[in-house]
Order: sequence, then structure tokens, then C-alpha cells
Amino acid sequence: MGLLELTALELSGKIKDGEATVMEAAAAVLERIKEKDSIYRCYITVDEDGLMERAAKIQGKIERGELTGPFAGVPVAVKDNMCTKGMLTTCASKMLGNFIPTYTAEAVLRLEEAGALVIGKTNMDEFAMGSTTETSAYGETKNPWDTGKVPGGSSGGSAAAVAAGECFAALGSDTGGSIRQPASFCGVVGIKPTYGTVSRYGLIAYGSSLDQIGPIGKDVADCAALLETIASYDKKDSTSLKREDTDFTSALTDDVNGMKIGIPREYFGDGLDGEVREAVLNAARALEGKGAILEEFDLSLVEYAIPAYYTIAAAEASSNLERFDGIKYGYRTADYEGLHQMYKKSRSEGFGAEVKRRIMLGSFVLSSGYYDAYYLKALKVKALIKKAFDDAFAKYDVILGPTAPTTAPVLGKSLADPIKMYLGDIYTVSMNLAGLPGISLPCGRDSGGMPIGLQLIGDCFKEKNIIRAAYAYEKARGPFGGPEGAEMGAK
Amino acid sequence: MKKQYETVIGLEVHVELATKTKIFCACSTAFGGAPNTHTCPVCTGMPGTLPVLNKQVLEYAVAVGLAMNCEITRYCKFDRKNYFYPDNPQNYQISQLYLPICRNGYVEIETEEGKKKVGIHEIHMEEDAGKLIHDEWEGCSLVDYNRSGVPLIEIVSEPDMRDAKEVIAYLEKLRMMIQYLGASDCKLQEGSMRADVNLSVREVGTEAFGTRTEMKNLNSFRAISRAIEGERERQIELLEAGNAVIQETRRWDDAKGESYAMRSKEDAQDYRYFPDPDLPPIEVDESWLEEMKAKQPEFREGKMKRYKEEYDIPEYDIEIITASKCMADLFEETVKLCGQPKKVSNWLMVETLRLLKERGMEPEDIRFSPSNLAKLIRLADEKVINSSVAKEVFEAMFDNDMDPEKYVEEKGLKTVCDEGALKKAVEEVIAANPKSVEDYRNGKEKAIGFLVGQTMKAMKGKADPGKVNEMLRGML
Repeated sequence: MGLLELTALELSGKIKDGEATVMEAAAAVLERIKEKDSIYRCYITVDEDGLMERAAKIQGKIERGELTGPFAGVPVAVKDNMCTKGMLTTCASKMLGNFIPTYTAEAVLRLEEAGALVIGKTNMDEFAMGSTTETSAYGETKNPWDTGKVPGGSSGGSAAAVAAGECFAALGSDTGGSIRQPASFCGVVGIKPTYGTVSRYGLIAYGSSLDQIGPIGKDVADCAALLETIASYDKKDSTSLKREDTDFTSALTDDVNGMKIGIPREYFGDGLDGEVREAVLNAARALEGKGAILEEFDLSLVEYAIPAYYTIAAAEASSNLERFDGIKYGYRTADYEGLHQMYKKSRSEGFGAEVKRRIMLGSFVLSSGYYDAYYLKALKVKALIKKAFDDAFAKYDVILGPTAPTTAPVLGKSLADPIKMYLGDIYTVSMNLAGLPGISLPCGRDSGGMPIGLQLIGDCFKEKNIIRAAYAYEKARGPFGGPEGAEMGAK
Repeated sequence: MKKQYETVIGLEVHVELATKTKIFCACSTAFGGAPNTHTCPVCTGMPGTLPVLNKQVLEYAVAVGLAMNCEITRYCKFDRKNYFYPDNPQNYQISQLYLPICRNGYVEIETEEGKKKVGIHEIHMEEDAGKLIHDEWEGCSLVDYNRSGVPLIEIVSEPDMRDAKEVIAYLEKLRMMIQYLGASDCKLQEGSMRADVNLSVREVGTEAFGTRTEMKNLNSFRAISRAIEGERERQIELLEAGNAVIQETRRWDDAKGESYAMRSKEDAQDYRYFPDPDLPPIEVDESWLEEMKAKQPEFREGKMKRYKEEYDIPEYDIEIITASKCMADLFEETVKLCGQPKKVSNWLMVETLRLLKERGMEPEDIRFSPSNLAKLIRLADEKVINSSVAKEVFEAMFDNDMDPEKYVEEKGLKTVCDEGALKKAVEEVIAANPKSVEDYRNGKEKAIGFLVGQTMKAMKGKADPGKVNEMLRGML
């Protein structure tokens, strides 16, 4: 059995036991990347220089007992919107094509301190805006299950890299489903934590009130352990929360007896693919078989989530992306006359179409005269959606539904119709609006063999509920397999 | 009949707060420093960075608001003001629009007609921008972010002032209160206090406001007064000629004594304000607010009342001393050390004010310490030095804050107590000035003054003039 077949936790166990070394794991991943990444394009940057030296250093620390955590020695990938000191950080944009940060994002620091080996930076939709990883300025990532299909987005590179064995686990970021949806499309596991659980310091902002970093891994246990590693209060992030209950791996109990699971009817209505619907309901029945109590209910306001989300996210993005002006760092146009033209040309040339669309949309909804009608109204919808979930969580421990209405679409078909693409986020954006945690894990394949994602949603701070349910389902489901035979991808 | 016009003035005053660190990061706010040395990823707008509020900024803003009788907003937020300019690294300024920290206050000013309340519309917190430096030689512009993120409060008054005198009285009052709070040194010239003047005119008796203009670049009280006079005249001239005043922002050129239009309302940018999602709302709770109220210092009115009761000094002195927090602190500290309010007050009122004026300094620039002033007073009291030597020592102390005891010792300025030496000098003066001796004996009182002076000169100023006088009279 090759090292790449192992989960992150299995690998770190073997390293600890002396049955494998960090250098062997790094070499295996590197070889895999060399073999496959010219096809999949999961990475924008592979940090090959000095990788073996870093691996050896970590190996030494593990041997001396200085590193004992579950991610010590595990090769991981980081989405390219998290700053890494001295390493190119592009946000998959021409705008930051030459940007080398002077500091490292807090979540990545947590990973490094735990002894994880950062392999490189993964591809994504430009500035995390997109659902397919096709808006990247560096070419689209391909779905390892079918290279004619998209990996999802915006953390498509991270999800595909995990599925393809090009890393053991990865960090993604989720603003409207950007961890869960690509995890679903790539047949891996991804968690979007409660807003404030993982520091946003060093995450290049898209929608600040919605962005949250989270783990993508081969199974639920890897994700729980990775989340436990990166979750921490950070005084550099004013929206970071002090939590005592981040021992997420304690929820890996395979026990859902008596757990109340709500199934919102609105998540199974028009627009949901029949095969996805069937697989997700089967997963629900599997949990019922383990003693969970299922109940259908009406979750109101679902149809308002998409417009509210795109209003708020675009508004924040329009302001967050103002700093990219060609003055201090990043792309500056070659020829210009005067300040105004430098701004205009740098930004016109540096940003891609989807980013420009959202900047314009966001600028519009914040404009004087429209602010109340759009932005404030969207905030009110956000508050009402939160209230609807509060009511639901008064009754249920977990809410269950699909992660996305379909499996991965064919490459090149999504961007032409942005509204349709936006509607694909219908089941994921509400959790960002309400700050809730959600997990996506594989629950079957469609007739074309593409993975289907099951989404479990918890109340704020109740990651343990969804991890418990997901772990129990995973046990009931059995090994899921990977795109290139049973040995890769999700376990 | 010629129309009578009334001027209506409201002020927007920016005050730089005296915090050690910036409003949203831990960088120093110290003035000067090589360009971009007081900076970090946060205040240079690096991607991925986040602001964290310096709590001292909130405390100062609330303290100023309480002093100005404002309502303190219990649930307040920061907003982003979006505009592109290179001195603003994020291309948005973090400020407060929708829920500023303080609202609906007032300050009382003295006018010729008596006390008057000037309403405070709001006080909000915000960050300062960096500085652009245009290099004409290289033909490029450089930016220094040392000032980027320095905390400011903006105090917005109601349009309650009617002439330049009231405006100056209002600004002086603001400055004094803020200095008393220690929230800022409020120096107009150095830019730690900046005032923009909103001015309109209307016919006396009308209620509706005229169209206003906003005047910027006012760096001194004098410039403010001149700009107000100039703008009032400009607007009246326009109206008299049947033209309309255009709502616009104007820049005052103090050297030329005139203003010119910067931008009109039509060019006004849409700042697309919205709540900053990186900064959670601030909830001001009752107990913290009570703590803040309890921490408020004694202001000028309180001090004046107390001085009257505690110290036997003239009301005029009290007014002058309490007009500056520095002066009042110096007074109180020195009195605490030497217990002679009257003498301390005299030193401040006479010599200190004289030297401040001569040196072109403000009371805030005083360098000498209360303990040195107390020592000097004691030296004079104990007649270790005489009063003219004391003045000389004071001047040296004013400039260099040295220890007067050491100074007197080192320079050999002590009054000579040796009776023999003094007697010898007096005898010599009597012998050398028979004419004056004659005059004195003939009843010319003035002559004794000359003889005292001659003796003091012979003693190189180090004698007690009273004693010299006494000895002369005795010997004549």
C-alpha cells in the first residue's frame, strides 16, 4: 500500500511509529504532482525549493518528540488566497501575479506550528469569486474524477488536490459554499466552521462578514483534526471568537442514537437533480438506521438567500478589492498618464470579468440612493434567515440536505450564464449568511460516476453535532474510493 | 435701504488623539521618523490584514463627548468611506457615519453678549491618511504611511456661530477642554487640530439658511478669522450682484488672503459608506460609562472655583493660569512643593508670561519643572539670592530647566552675608560719592537709591538690597 493511499491521520501515525518518514511522504506527493498536475492543475505554486530540507527538519522534531500532533509531518496544500511569507500569493488573479507577502496568515501559521508540511498554493476562482475554478487567471483546475468537468469552486484546487492524492489535506475558504461545493464535486470532505472560529488574518478578503477558512480532507476524521489544529482565537482578527470547545475530534464517536435531524422541504424542491436527491435521502435513511430521528420541516426564506448573499458579498468585495490599485503591490499597467489612468488601466487589466462584475454590482448596491433598497434590505434578509435557522435549531440537532443541486458540470459551460451559476449556491450560502457550520461529504455517485455531496448543517458552535453525524454516516457508508481507483481520495 | 446680512457658521474640527499607538494597529504615532518606518502590514493596507480597535481611542472620544455634554451612543459602529487616493492605502478610510460615538452635545462660550451654547452635532472616530510627497526633480510622487492610521476624532458643530470671534472662542474652548483631558495637544500649526469652516449668509430676520461653502486649509486662528471675513464678504457680494452662492469646497490661501474653489457639490464623490465588516459594533455598557464619567478630570470652571477657595490669589491670575492645563498643572504642583500660591502665581504671571511672549512660545511648550520653580522660590525666600539674581536664574531655568540650587552654587550668585565685606563696600561708596551723600543729608530721598545701586554694583549684585539700604541709612 503506497503512502498516498493513507489518510492524513494514518500517515502521521506511521511517521510517529517510524514506519514512514516525512521525506518519503513529501517525495511521494511531489512525484504525484509531477505526474498529474499538468493535467489537473490543482496548484498555482508548488514550493519545491527546500521542501526536502523542511521535511527533514520536521522529521527531526517528530523524532525528538517536539512535534506530536496529528498533522506533524503531513504534506498539506493551502488555497492561494492565504498569505504565505516569502511565497507567491496570487488569489488566482493577474492583479497579484507578482505578490509575495511579508507575513503568513494565522491559519497557515497554526498549521506550520503543528508541523504540517506546506507543499504549495492551490488554484481557485479569482479572488474566490466563482463556483467552478474557471475564473482563475492561471487556467482552470480539472476534476480528477472526469477531466472534462469542473472541480467546483472557489476552493477547486484544494479539493481536487486532495482527491487526486496531490496532498493529504488542504485549507480552503468558504464565503458562499467555496469549501463544501468543491468537496462535493470532488468526492472529498470539507468543513465550513462557525464564523469566527478560524482567524481570517492573512486571508485575502472577499466578503469579510462571510469568509471563513476551513479544512478539506479525505475523510471526516482528517477534517475534524485539521479544524482542531487551525481553530484558535486571534487578537489580530476582531471577529475571531474565544472558544473552549474546539476539541472537534472528540465528536468522532459513531453514535447518532436519538439525534434529531431536520430535513428542509425547500432543499429538495425544483432544480434538484433526481440522482442527487436519491443519494442524499439514502444517506438520511442510513443515519435513521443508526438511531437518528428524521423529520421534514419548512425552512422559510430559502429563495431569498441567493440575492441577499450576492448583494452583501459583492458590496464587501467592492470595498475589499479597492486596495488593489497598482500603487503599493501587485499589477500596474505599463503605460499610463496620470493617477486616474493608472488606476483605471491597472484595475481593468488586472482583474478578470467575474471579479469586475462583482465589483460593479457591489459598488452599485452601496451607491447613494440604492443603499437602503439593496444593501440594507439584504442585511434584513440576512437577519431573518438567521432567525429561521434559530427556530429550526430549537428543534433539531442537525439539518440535512444536498450540498449542491447537481454533480460537477462540464467545463466551459458555467460562466456564460452567471445567474444560473449563482443559483447553484442555493444550499450553501445560507450558512455563511447565518454564520453556521456546515460539512459536505460524499454520499454516492451519479450515473456518470461523479460524486454526490451530502451536507450537514449545525447551529453556531455546534460543529461537533455535524462531525458526529458525518462520522456515523461515513461508517455506515463504507469506503468511498477515489477517482483513480479505490486507493485515492475519500476513504 | 441696504440689506443687513447675518453670517451662519458651523465647524468641523479634526483632532489628532494623543495615543501612543495607531487606531487599528500597534505602530507608533510619534511625529517625524524616516518615511514608512512607523508602519506595518495593517496600516499599509497589505492584503489579508485586519484592523483591531485601540481602546484608548474610544476612551478619549467618549471623554471628549462627555466633556461636551454629548449623548454617548451605546451601540456604535465603524463605517468605510470609499475613495481612491494613494495616501489612503486601502482606498477606504475607516470612519463613522451611521452611528457615531457621540451626538447632541454643546459647549458654552463667552461672547460679548454673555454666555452662549454652541451645539455639537456629533463626534466620530476615524483614521488619518498617509502623506504624499511630490518629487519635482524625479517627476514622481512618493507616499509615506507613517501618519496612516493615526487616530482622529472629528467634532461637528451645529451652525450656531455668527462671527469670527465666536468661532475663535469656540475653538479655544474646544482646545482647552481637550488639553485638560489630555486627549490631544491641539496644535493648529502642527496639524494636530484642524478646522474646516462651513459658512453661509442670510438676510437678518430670515429663518432659512443660505447656501453654504466649506473652507479648508486653515492653519491658525488668524487665518480662520480672515477666511471668515473674506468668505462673508464674497458671499454678500455675490448675492448683492444677484448671483447665487454655489455649494462648494474652497481652499484658503492665507498668503494671498483669498480662497478659491476646490470642488463643487456636483463633483462630490459618492463615498459608498457601509459598516466595516472587520470591526464588530462597540457596545458601551453602563458600568464602563460610569467609570469613564468618574475618571473625567477637573475642568477649568471647577479649577477656577477651587482656586478661589483654596488659594489667595487675584481672580485675574486664576483666569490666566487656568486658561492652560499645562500652566494650571505647573501651578498646582509647585504650590504643593513650596506652599506659596501667591509667589508661584507671581512667577507665572510676570516672568513666565513675559518669557513666553518673548520666545514666541505657548504654555504647552514650558519646559521647567515644578520642583525647580519651588527651589527657586525657596532660594529667594531664604534670601540666599536677591530678587534680581532670582530673575536671572529663572530665565536660565526657563530655557534649560536646570536645578537653580546647583546653578546658584556654580555661578557663585549667593547673596554675600559677610557683614564686614558689605560694610567695607558701603564705606567706599559713601567716600566716593560725596555729592549724593550731601543730597541725601539735605533730604533728597532719591539719593539713597543711587547709593544702594552703587553698593550693589560694587557687590556684583550679590547683596541683599534691603540690608544695604538699612546699612547706608545707619551710616549716614
